[in-house]
Amino acid sequence: MYLSEQPVDLTTLIAAVQSPERGGIACFLGTVRNHHRGRDVVRLEYSAYAPMVEAECGRIVAEAESRGNVAVSLRHRIGRLEVGDVAVAVVAASAHRDEAFTACRHVIEELKRRVPIWKREYFADGTVEWVGSGAAGQADSGTAGQRVSDLHLTGALGRATR
Amino acid sequence: MTGTAVSAITVRVLLFASYSDVLGLDSLDLTIETPATVADALNRVRSLPGGERLPAKPLCALNLRHVDAATRLSDGDELAILPPLAGG
Repeated sequence: MYLSEQPVDLTTLIAAVQSPERGGIACFLGTVRNHHRGRDVVRLEYSAYAPMVEAECGRIVAEAESRGNVAVSLRHRIGRLEVGDVAVAVVAASAHRDEAFTACRHVIEELKRRVPIWKREYFADGTVEWVGSGAAGQADSGTAGQRVSDLHLTGALGRATR
Repeated sequence: MTGTAVSAITVRVLLFASYSDVLGLDSLDLTIETPATVADALNRVRSLPGGERLPAKPLCALNLRHVDAATRLSDGDELAILPPLAGG
């Protein structure tokens, strides 16, 4: 399971990928910021299309792991999070640091582009907004940089470079 | 029925986050004449109250995979209309 309502336990994620052959372990943590576009954020609420999150995260992790002797663990929280809480954690282990960093970066970047998770920001001034949607959800997939043809192209290029 | 003319399929449409807010719905079942594409389903959703606030080209997923608007629909498909993603 890649989604969790419970706090992310980094130790468990590291233990899941650590092995005697994989000496390099790279971690990325995304935590809740206290500001967005100059406004004070007090907390967030993440929601998700859970079955697709599981499917798409599985595909992303498989892509990363297919590029060498790399093992990846990944967790994203949903529900209510406070400033400083870990929202997402990626751990990539490999024989050497280059592969570990590359895999870790691939997973977090593709997660942001492809995985259906949304967040609602609660501001100090009492307002609440869906991130990325503007006031009325007007953003196009194209303007958000997530047009599906781009996704396919990136996937193809990613495989071609390996 | 062994009709030769038009046939219809039923597609489940899922709405999330801001799109669920503007339409006041989490999901709906659309019965639509074939052949039908994701774009046809989007046009039907746009005709619902609040549907005019959907963007021109929303991100869509069919049966848990990203697809474009030209993708053909089949009976029983699950079509998700996805607001701008904000994970991480």
